[in-house]
Amino acid sequence: MKPKKRGKGILSRLLMAFFFRRKTPKIGIYGPPNAGKTTLANRIVHTFVDENEDIGAASDVPHETRRAVRRSGIMVDLKSKSVQSPDPNHGSDPESKEKGRKGGAKGKLKLDVVDTPGLATKIDFHDFMAYGLEEEEAKKRAKEATEGVIEAIKWLDDIDGVVLLMDATEDPYTQTNVVIIGNMEARGTPVIIAANKVDLADAAPERIMNAFPQHTVIPISALKGENMERLYEEMARRFR
Amino acid sequence: MEVKMDLVSEDKINSMGSMEKLRFVLDGVKSGNIVVLEGGLTSEEQMKLIELTMTEVNEDFPGIEMNGYPTKRGFLNLRRKTRLTVIGPANTMRTIKKENDLISAIISAI
Repeated sequence: MKPKKRGKGILSRLLMAFFFRRKTPKIGIYGPPNAGKTTLANRIVHTFVDENEDIGAASDVPHETRRAVRRSGIMVDLKSKSVQSPDPNHGSDPESKEKGRKGGAKGKLKLDVVDTPGLATKIDFHDFMAYGLEEEEAKKRAKEATEGVIEAIKWLDDIDGVVLLMDATEDPYTQTNVVIIGNMEARGTPVIIAANKVDLADAAPERIMNAFPQHTVIPISALKGENMERLYEEMARRFR
Repeated sequence: MEVKMDLVSEDKINSMGSMEKLRFVLDGVKSGNIVVLEGGLTSEEQMKLIELTMTEVNEDFPGIEMNGYPTKRGFLNLRRKTRLTVIGPANTMRTIKKENDLISAIISAI
């Protein structure tokens, strides 16, 4: 019996890896303004990269994110300790903490996360003045916000999967949400709907489930870290 | 003050090219009209309309309010059939209720 040539196996594996390498999927976090997109993006980075690194600044003022921001090379490891025990600085309420679940999705998934500006059909500078901005500053922010919406739409061409974030305290049946879902269905791009802000008393994620029964809807609180493990499992399953 | 409504037939919409259609809608809305399209716009066209709208938002035109019924699956589930779409100026039209087969909106003159 001839001895096995180990060198050939390594070489063929390297060649296979070179010629058939899979690109890292780019996952866009989309949704209307103030749904919590940046909070979710930060949560993902805190969990899997560095708890001190932020993708962007979250704020109560709409259109805080006015440029799409891509964080490359995030290794979603469902067995990592940080998934089982969320960042203690975010969500000190013991009930809000994720519980380690047995038998979840297996393995790791490397992905790029793109935090996008909120999609809207209207941007009125008066709305920013209601948050205390001076008129000139409000007009400047409104102009930048319109550019942000265009940028978010352009990014759809380069996105491999979408986490559509909706505010579970708001009516989900907005045309913006319908348009995003319709576009993803037409492109055949996988979508996961995350019903955010379930830590709030008036949250009703079942409204979102009823509005979009053909899609997976996962209730979460990106701020408090509730049910994040289930979202990560679904991401690992759908975006692989 | 009166508000004008344009009820546009599917035949007229289908006779236009994609960009022509969006320009027609946006010009009508910027003039203060409520545009109702029989047959509606596809999701892709609606996304392009949002994009086009954003390039024209200014202090006098804050954008659009748009609503429509979700698309229906056509023959053998292959073709998506669009339905009615309503578009109006954001400072004039406000949707108060939207369901799968019902849209309620308030239209108020500026």
